[in-house]
Amino acid sequence: MDIDLLSNILYAMVRTGTPLLLVALGELVCEKSGVLNLGQEGMLLMGAVVGFVAALLSGSLIIGFLLAILAGVSMSLLFGLIALGFSANQVATGLALTIFGTGLSAFIGSEFVGKPIDGLDPFALPLLSEIPLIGKMLFAQDLVVYLSFALFFAVYWFFRSSRAGLVVKAVGENPHAANAIGLPVMRTRYFAVMFGGAMAGLAGGYLSIAYTPLWAENMSAGRGWIALALVVFASWKVERVLLGAWLFGLASILHLVFQGLGFSISSNLLATLPYAATILVLVLLSRNQVRARLLAPISLGKPFHANS
Amino acid sequence: MIKLEPRGQHSKLMAWLSPVLAGVLTLVSGATLFALLGQDPIEALHTLLILPVADLYGVSELFVKAAPILLCAIGLSVVFKAKVWNIGAEGQLLMGGLIGSACALQLIDAEGGWVLPVVLLSGMFGGALWAALAAWLKTHFNANEILTTIMLNYIALNLLIWAVHGPLKDPEGFNFPESAMFSDSALLPTLIEGTRVHYGMLFALLALVAVWVLLSRSFLGFQIKVLGLDARAARLAGFREKRLTWIALLISGALAGLAGVGEVTGPLGQLVPQISPGYGYAAIIVAFLGRLHPVGILLAGLLMALIYMGGEMAQINLGLPIALTGLFQGMLLFYLLACDVLINFRIRIPALAKPVAETIAIQEETAR
Repeated sequence: MDIDLLSNILYAMVRTGTPLLLVALGELVCEKSGVLNLGQEGMLLMGAVVGFVAALLSGSLIIGFLLAILAGVSMSLLFGLIALGFSANQVATGLALTIFGTGLSAFIGSEFVGKPIDGLDPFALPLLSEIPLIGKMLFAQDLVVYLSFALFFAVYWFFRSSRAGLVVKAVGENPHAANAIGLPVMRTRYFAVMFGGAMAGLAGGYLSIAYTPLWAENMSAGRGWIALALVVFASWKVERVLLGAWLFGLASILHLVFQGLGFSISSNLLATLPYAATILVLVLLSRNQVRARLLAPISLGKPFHANS
Repeated sequence: MIKLEPRGQHSKLMAWLSPVLAGVLTLVSGATLFALLGQDPIEALHTLLILPVADLYGVSELFVKAAPILLCAIGLSVVFKAKVWNIGAEGQLLMGGLIGSACALQLIDAEGGWVLPVVLLSGMFGGALWAALAAWLKTHFNANEILTTIMLNYIALNLLIWAVHGPLKDPEGFNFPESAMFSDSALLPTLIEGTRVHYGMLFALLALVAVWVLLSRSFLGFQIKVLGLDARAARLAGFREKRLTWIALLISGALAGLAGVGEVTGPLGQLVPQISPGYGYAAIIVAFLGRLHPVGILLAGLLMALIYMGGEMAQINLGLPIALTGLFQGMLLFYLLACDVLINFRIRIPALAKPVAETIAIQEETAR
């Protein structure tokens, strides 16, 4: 395999892994606060459709991205209202958010299917992108990919060194104790959920504005769910989210790699790879029950009611 | 400011009222949406909910659509009772259709009464196999079934598309991604002459009764319910958790598989890429909306079938996008979850309520 091909594979791996990274980072923060939001797929699709339509109608990619984020946040607030405000079952509410988001996004986007826009172009950094092998992968991407690097370091720093990060973890591990020492449990959880929504919205916008600049029904193809599995894969550790997202990016482009190498395997069969890889990863990480339970935030998925 | 106050016990009344309330709220939101889109809301709702069943043929089509939804939802009611979150009815349905079709195509030259039962059983096997994978991953490897069943849905869909483009493609089909038409002996007969209502609806009704007997009249069903209510209690009572998980998932998978094979041998008559417009996902809503109870599921399943037909009708008559169906489904589920809060909480508006002391004084006065 020559170095140009390898360099291109690495480039595509990071590009494909970016939406997964964004969603998984958002969901990680959300889960650290003790909230399991299974609605990632719905928020992702809403971000994609709203971002695309906004970019198409306004002619401005920035407005597209901003509205995509706004769409993700609005969806997450809907989840927050029912799962946090009404203490409803988080699993059922998250599923509802996904089903609702799938339906609503298809409804909004039905007139925009197949319309083209000028997507976000890569922006190669001078000199750095000339580095052999990893130059293209890290420094010849578009701005959202760079932003995803920055967000990764921000979330890493947030949990490692910031007071607010500690509050989020405390609320996720033991909300009653956190409440007793005066930490705002509900407000923290709302913010964590909204951050998750913003990240999923941005990831959706990335899909429809930069990755494949068009809108198609259900275009996220399960990425929201894969990102949820990624958080389990990462054992709720930020640094492993990055690794996992890029590995899954690689699994998703393997069919291109195989085609490039001249193998003839049905593309539909190869398309099952990321999903099969997700299952494999879940199996490897969850096999040890005790370990799996110790790693997850203790109050994950449990509703909190201050006076109960 | 509105406050939620714990009731301290489940409200049975609200448990049954909440789906009705959710339906009403969905209708109101739907009407508002239609008005915003510049449609006459009354006429649009009429198109969506009345027009599809305005004649006998429409009613018969309602049963055609309801059959697969009901079969999936009944199966889901068993797993959901055990608090096993099988989101994979869609994939199990597709696998039922795929394996059933493979079997029907193998037997394309066979004749006799045994062909159809074999095809149906192979479809049920396909669905059960797909659910068994999730059961194995859950009981052996502790893998979260929500994520594994969703992943299996995507894998099943890709396998199906691969099969209709490859090994199961009709060699004389001008390269269309479809299988050959099944032989007559592999087709589900219709129940009522002149309509498309097939035996699938009968299977659904039988399954409803069987699951009702299982859950409310058998020890196995009791164990499943205890497992769902309190897994620790079930363990202490000596119920075998893993075995129950397997049984619940296999039942649910087999019924979803039957739904799938019922579609390919019933209304379709061949394997096509679009067996299901999301019946397996709609069944989740139906199971919740019907409170996991057979009668509730029957009503909710018919409503869901009506929404599917209404979506098509609205597309033809009003030029609205077909995605309207999914939007209404999502709204229905959301409103249901929001209304369900009233089962355990009552709404208090402190500004309107009398202070506690005053209330006590009034009570004492009346007691005197």
